[in-house]
Amino acid sequence: MTDAVFSVSFAGPLVSIQDAGRPGNMRYGVPASGPMDRFAFDAANAALGNLPGQTAVEISLGGLILQCDQGAVTLAITSGGFVVEHADKKSSSWTILTVQKGERLVIRAGTAGSWAYLAFAGALQSNAWLGSRSTHSMSGFGGGVLQAGQSLTVCEAAIRDDRLGDIPKPDYAPMTSVRVVMGPQDQHFTKTAVAQFLANPFKVTDAYDRMGMRLSGPVLDLDDALSIPSEPIVRGSIQVSGDGVPTVLLADHQTTGGYPKIATVISCDTDSFVQLRAGQPVRFTSVSAQQAIAEGRAYLAQNAQYLEHIAVARGSLEQRLMRENLIHGCIYH
Amino acid sequence: MPPTFIAIADHSLLVTFATEISEGAHASVVALDGAIAASPPDGLIETIPALVNLLVSFDPAMTDHCAVETHVQELLKTLDIQKITGARRRVQVCYETPFAPDLETVASATGHSRDTIIKAHLCGDYRVLMYGFAPGYAYLSGIPKPMQVPRKPAAVRDVPAGSVIIAGPQCLVTTPSMPTGWSNIGRSPTQILTGDQSRPFLFDVGDSVSFERIDRAMFERLSKDNAHD
Repeated sequence: MTDAVFSVSFAGPLVSIQDAGRPGNMRYGVPASGPMDRFAFDAANAALGNLPGQTAVEISLGGLILQCDQGAVTLAITSGGFVVEHADKKSSSWTILTVQKGERLVIRAGTAGSWAYLAFAGALQSNAWLGSRSTHSMSGFGGGVLQAGQSLTVCEAAIRDDRLGDIPKPDYAPMTSVRVVMGPQDQHFTKTAVAQFLANPFKVTDAYDRMGMRLSGPVLDLDDALSIPSEPIVRGSIQVSGDGVPTVLLADHQTTGGYPKIATVISCDTDSFVQLRAGQPVRFTSVSAQQAIAEGRAYLAQNAQYLEHIAVARGSLEQRLMRENLIHGCIYH
Repeated sequence: MPPTFIAIADHSLLVTFATEISEGAHASVVALDGAIAASPPDGLIETIPALVNLLVSFDPAMTDHCAVETHVQELLKTLDIQKITGARRRVQVCYETPFAPDLETVASATGHSRDTIIKAHLCGDYRVLMYGFAPGYAYLSGIPKPMQVPRKPAAVRDVPAGSVIIAGPQCLVTTPSMPTGWSNIGRSPTQILTGDQSRPFLFDVGDSVSFERIDRAMFERLSKDNAHD
């Protein structure tokens, strides 16, 4: 097998290298980073038959254009709503194709979704930091943010004809509400603020990046001019700044901070939440910690089943047609 | 107060020892952090020690808040807060121009000479309280009272890595270049991000830190020696 080499013709802001992330370093001010939508990232690798967590490219709404300068490789693109152009053909994301020397691959935002993943049947070369290639966007540590003009090398680039075509799409239920566990500082907000937080929709604003997404909606007033000691922050923490505006902290969150946190998004709802776009509404629903664990476990089990399903090579087109009647559609809620 | 336990989402437990910052609360945080490292509960992912509380993050597929809380309660029964002594770390600082753009302002704001401020800074007894804000940003307590200044009203952009900055009782040696509202009184060649795979960060929370004065020539030499990129 040889290498496939791409040059980056265009990369929108926040297009970066990500692997499964670097948990275990929050005590040193380093969040786990990794993909914003961990499920879509996992799907891209699974659909190629890769090992979980293999290094991929996370694509923002800005999009990405690659030119293949050398070799050929099969690659997967996942995430709702992005548009893929390759070899004079347009397709939706959730697709696997082979890109060869001289060909161009365009991935751009479509009608929905904010983050897409591009995984390769091979080893994407990049810098590692603290044992992970995930880019920490604020510092640029790790694999890094992609820039026009740079090249990307995929070592041991494989062609996987038996995997080409559409990836069976997960049956995403449209996101109506994001589940949270209240706290740890909900008691410091006025009763009205807590009631409004759960009763009224908020809107995603265009102030978003890998660190967090700012929302607009009712002002969430604190009970008193609160000065809490800086305390730990996690992915999903909803911190409220002095002006009463909530921000949901995400993959590249700071690890400690002094703003009060009204609630925390449960881990299984962050994947769909990050895919919301500016202007889209979001409601918060409170669940107990026990419910959160049960929901999280159900989500993981469902994902595992789906990933197992798409990880099976479906064979060449001919083989697939032969078998079509035998395949059960995977129902994914 | 007895420690409180708050469930954070489906994956963490926040153990809080006090509502206000105190040496005792932080000592309890560091002690519990050490006890968990020595005897981790099933499914532990990591802990984040902060000023008055410790976040215990776990894999919700393997355990839950209740089991982790029970484990922590057991550890608390035998927690020895007195015994905690972190390692002593040394950080070199050059207080000369152009590395100390705010030294004069700090001196005049507190009614002291530049030299008095430098001596006061060198005399401080510093402890690593927590990390935050950016990778390797370690908040140290221990700026002596006479040289304490509040945060600036607006942040200054592009404060270089290695800047020794102060605000109130806290001190910090910056790692990546970041905007900050703290006063910049010196520059250190000491690498907080060590570049050493086996020990990537110089400090552990709970370590004590002392500053050591160096001149500009020494700063230049050490900066060259310490460059690990």
